Amino acid sequence: MGLLSSSVALARYRVEGKLEEPVLETVAESLERHVIGDIDGNLPEKAVGWTSFETPYQPDFAKSSLVIGAYFVFALRVDKKTIPRGVIGKHCAAEEARELARTGAQYITREEKRRIRGQVEEGLLLTIPATPNIFDVIWHYEAGELWLCSTLKEANEALETLFYRTFNLSLIRLFPFTLAELSAKLSAAAHDRLLAISPTSLKG
Amino acid sequence: MLDVAVAYSRYRFLGAEFLTWLWYAVETEPDVIKAAAMGRGVLSVGDRIVLENSLDQPVERVTISGENADLGEGMLALKKGALVAELRLHYTAGDQDWRFSLKGDTLALTGLKTPRSAPVESADEIEGAVLDKVGLCDEVVRLVDSLFLRFVKLRVSERWREEVIPKMKAWIKGARF
Repeated sequence: MGLLSSSVALARYRVEGKLEEPVLETVAESLERHVIGDIDGNLPEKAVGWTSFETPYQPDFAKSSLVIGAYFVFALRVDKKTIPRGVIGKHCAAEEARELARTGAQYITREEKRRIRGQVEEGLLLTIPATPNIFDVIWHYEAGELWLCSTLKEANEALETLFYRTFNLSLIRLFPFTLAELSAKLSAAAHDRLLAISPTSLKG
Repeated sequence: MLDVAVAYSRYRFLGAEFLTWLWYAVETEPDVIKAAAMGRGVLSVGDRIVLENSLDQPVERVTISGENADLGEGMLALKKGALVAELRLHYTAGDQDWRFSLKGDTLALTGLKTPRSAPVESADEIEGAVLDKVGLCDEVVRLVDSLFLRFVKLRVSERWREEVIPKMKAWIKGARF
């Protein structure tokens, strides 16, 4: 679900550190270096990269608006090939039958089955198209805040890894404790009490 | 700062306590909510509450949902030691309204429905639509932050133990839904 969908999911981050000036060029070049690659017709099962907000299926940071107001707006794209287990099973069975007919053997060894399965999977990965999943990213650079329009664990982990690789900046996920630490402006004594708190019981 | 993964597990209960306090504050302390919303709007509990009792093993989970849901079940779960794990909220400011769910463990917003803005009919309108939508989402993000930061300050103060817990217990005990 994207930012402009009728129902939005937001995971929030604090961005630690600053980029090299000029920031806009640094962001654009860094995104370009880690743009999503096309894995259709190739062996990889999965690709993770950046894409442009307006044209997520045809990444183009030059034509798409990378800067909107005070925000960098782009998207994380995760392309995955999923081969249904039944399809692998069907192709393996056909391949094993051909192998038995070719060799005249009574059965196929475990090792041979493994080899056939590997070949079948490779063949299918070359033909099956990857399904793209797009998650919008809104980065308020000056405020050091970033939103990912997804709360899926896989998307959040992919973002954290790719963001660091791309910009050499760390993302800190804002959950209750980090939000309290980073935003509550607690006194030293209150901060010590925060570190020491234990669960409250309301059991009556 | 503590390692993020360690902090997430160690203080996971903080989010559930926040949502439980938020439910209590919405029902009994409208001035707190009003101050957090800077007098702009009204917050109410929506049509879904998920409670978890981590004292039980395996963890007991109670989900109350629907327009005419029986919140009494939720109170019963609170009496048994459960806390709110997920809360759907409804925020109204003027003629605009927002609906969203907050998850206690991450404070992530899900199912966020903002006031409607004009549909995007051409590529030229995308930038305006993005700014509108970010502004509308930000309204709720700031509200949640403001509420959470009020809660944290209360939570680490003496008032939490001396005043808030007894009041919340009395609210749970005397609740009539």
